[in-house]
Amino acid sequence: MSRSGFLVVCLALACPGLVSGQAPRDGQRPATPRGVVAPFRVCADPENMPFSNRKMEGLENRIAAVLAQDFGGSPSYVWWGQRQGFIRNTMNATLEEGRCDVVMGVPVGYDLVHVTAPYYRSTYVFVYKRGRAPIRSLDDPALKTLKIGVHLLGNDYENPPPVHELGKRHIVDNVMGFSTFYSAENPPSAIVDAVASGKIDVAIVWGPVGGYYAARQKTPLQVTPIPSAPGDLPFAFDIAMGVKKGNDALHARVQQAMTRHRGEIDQILKDFNVPLLERKASTAR
Amino acid sequence: MSRSSRLYILVAFAFSVVAAACSSGSAPAPASSTAPAGGSASASAADKEWTTPNKNAAATRYSGLGEITADNVKNLKVAWSFSTGVLRGHEGEPLVVGSTMYLQTPFPNIVYALDLSKEGAPIKWKYVPKQEAAVIPIACCDTVARGVVFSNGKIFMNQLDTNTVALDAETGKELWKVKQGDYKQGQTITSAPMVIKDKVISGISGGEFGVRGFVTANDVNTGKQVWRMYSTGPEAEVGFPGSVETWKGDEWKRGGGTTWGWYSYDPELDLFYYGTGNPGSWNPDQRPGDNKYSMTIFARNPDTGKAAWAYQKTPHDAWDYDGINENVLADLNIGGQTRKVLVNFDRNGFAYVLDRKTGELLKADPFVFTNWAKSIDLKTGKPVEDPEKRTSASKNTKDICPSAMGGKNQQPVAFSPRTGLFYVPSNNLCMDYEGVEVKYQAGQPYVGAIVVSKAGPGGHRGEFLAWDPVAGKKVWGIKEPLSAWGGALATAGDVVFYGTMEGWLKAVNAKTGDVLWKFKTPSGIIGNPMTYVGPDGKQYVAVLSGIGGWSGIGVAADMSLEDESAGLGAIGAFKDLAQFSNQGGVLTVFALP
Repeated sequence: MSRSGFLVVCLALACPGLVSGQAPRDGQRPATPRGVVAPFRVCADPENMPFSNRKMEGLENRIAAVLAQDFGGSPSYVWWGQRQGFIRNTMNATLEEGRCDVVMGVPVGYDLVHVTAPYYRSTYVFVYKRGRAPIRSLDDPALKTLKIGVHLLGNDYENPPPVHELGKRHIVDNVMGFSTFYSAENPPSAIVDAVASGKIDVAIVWGPVGGYYAARQKTPLQVTPIPSAPGDLPFAFDIAMGVKKGNDALHARVQQAMTRHRGEIDQILKDFNVPLLERKASTAR
Repeated sequence: MSRSSRLYILVAFAFSVVAAACSSGSAPAPASSTAPAGGSASASAADKEWTTPNKNAAATRYSGLGEITADNVKNLKVAWSFSTGVLRGHEGEPLVVGSTMYLQTPFPNIVYALDLSKEGAPIKWKYVPKQEAAVIPIACCDTVARGVVFSNGKIFMNQLDTNTVALDAETGKELWKVKQGDYKQGQTITSAPMVIKDKVISGISGGEFGVRGFVTANDVNTGKQVWRMYSTGPEAEVGFPGSVETWKGDEWKRGGGTTWGWYSYDPELDLFYYGTGNPGSWNPDQRPGDNKYSMTIFARNPDTGKAAWAYQKTPHDAWDYDGINENVLADLNIGGQTRKVLVNFDRNGFAYVLDRKTGELLKADPFVFTNWAKSIDLKTGKPVEDPEKRTSASKNTKDICPSAMGGKNQQPVAFSPRTGLFYVPSNNLCMDYEGVEVKYQAGQPYVGAIVVSKAGPGGHRGEFLAWDPVAGKKVWGIKEPLSAWGGALATAGDVVFYGTMEGWLKAVNAKTGDVLWKFKTPSGIIGNPMTYVGPDGKQYVAVLSGIGGWSGIGVAADMSLEDESAGLGAIGAFKDLAQFSNQGGVLTVFALP
């Protein structure tokens, strides 16, 4: 909390200089003449740590604050659960006052928005107690007997990719589902908490979720990327920002701001213990 | 209790006289307990009103009114109309009690009472619930609501945010309000409640999110929960044995089997009937077993909630044949014997006839083009599947019929005891069920099946058909370019009404299927026509238009048409809908001049 507050203060001091210093030189900000504050309207999930929440504690909240600063102000938010209809009800909302322009995290290839270049690449990971025999792939025989926790997302065939591949390997009986409808009884950390408490032996989770909560447990936990074997679905994804389709000026503007603040963004990802792989946007659709 | 059952006997007697002319079948009497409406004509008092969503406890959607006939329906004209002020999909139908009409809109679930005794039917009262907008994305298939129910001076409604509410029918004053679930856990309610004796029965939606389905009985006067029974789990919680062992581990806890359809009730057997939806959020490969009691018709005692029997239509579902469709109660001559049956036109394409006392399966015939199963084994009750059409995460399965949208979806059928025929608004849709498309939800990438729905053989996407339940055969059909996604209404005038997604309300000769009259309403119809006698003694027909629902989600939510699998496959099937219909909730009421 105090750390993030410190960062915001830092940026507030540093960024106005950056904005006014660079804008005239690159000359590519038609939407924002010098000295004019451009709105930075973010579409975000109000309860989806470690990505975003209403208290502005998530990594996407932090990155949004950095980019909004580049736009000359602070971000405004349209809150909506990141589920079916998310883009429809936020970026594409019927009424202008209900709309937002930027989604802070979408996979490259997500075609409901105009995606930027990716700013990180992460992967699904195993999370287990440090000290146990390492688990390095879905073909590890230990997975046939260990209690495995996975997230359940939606309807048939809408499970996380490694969960599909567990099914293909007939690993079924020892798999336990965790809901992504978060509440006081089921916080986003529940699946990693369950590893620490011994309720499950290993969690299979999306990297940013596993990395963040594993680093905040008292019990030391190991976070290991899951490689996808030949014939498996991909488990690693390039994550980009998404801008409303057709708004090319804003897309370019966001892209430039991302480039300018590369270092700060990387630092935030590090602060949140996001397991990072080398970005390779060319492999994405 | 004794008063209402005596009234039932009287009504039953009156009804049996009317139905006596019919040899091939009749419906059990409606258990209406409403006061007579004044006025003339030969129809019974109960027929002048429409107090419960599917007209009567047997859910026949048959009205004894006969002023509008096959001969004069061509003269039908708009009497008046009313904008609901809400844009999204309008399922369900208005009610008429005495000289007041009641109707409910989609989210935010406004309830209007309109005064039919005054010119232009002005608003008598309006109830606007306060609901958080965050509930909207939880509703899978548009923010629909399927209407309210009247009983003993009260209007009962379900809200999308899972509140069941009782209103004073005269004033609109909120009498009580009970929360049935938590939308933050994926639970919503879209179905209409049903009142049985002193209890209001409600279901739950949210099968897409692994919600464990249940049905709840609340006291009509206080809202206090009397019982709740689940679709899956231990006998004490299901009110019937045999569920837990058909799941691995404790996955029945996320078992699905939601209960968002219509309810019917047989007062003589004292059993009510409803269907449960698809099994939870695991892929079929990951939930081995029959997954009971998803995809099941339940017969329950309304006082205890305990089940007398349960029949599973689609064991181990792999197609999303969400088995919630209505169960219509009728007495049919099967094999030379009059049997008390229920008839169910399931999403999976089969029309089931069961003994409603015992649950014995008597008949099961495909009512639309169906290829996932060749037949239903009447001895075991199980489908004889085509293994080529069973979906799996590791293969692409092409041309499965019907599609996940079903041979018939939520749109309720009608049964006329005069013709002995069921009138079935059906879909002619097939689907490709393919692996794997990476999407993004709740902060992580996931893999979704690409479900692309498309027109079935013949290229039309719907058919309004008349079905002989005894022969198990179609008698006639009217092909529709789009699905017939609105419900049916049968009348004693031997005219049957239904609406189309383009917005046509059509009147059809109940015997021949000839279209006798049609009118283009302002938006697509996914609601159900109903009929009543107004304070002026005339017969009226009313229908809600307002495109949306699953089939119309593309127009309702202004979705991108580029992604054919968007809207759970609905966009692929109904790409051209926007050419025919625009959003907007309107009630249109018709009468003879």
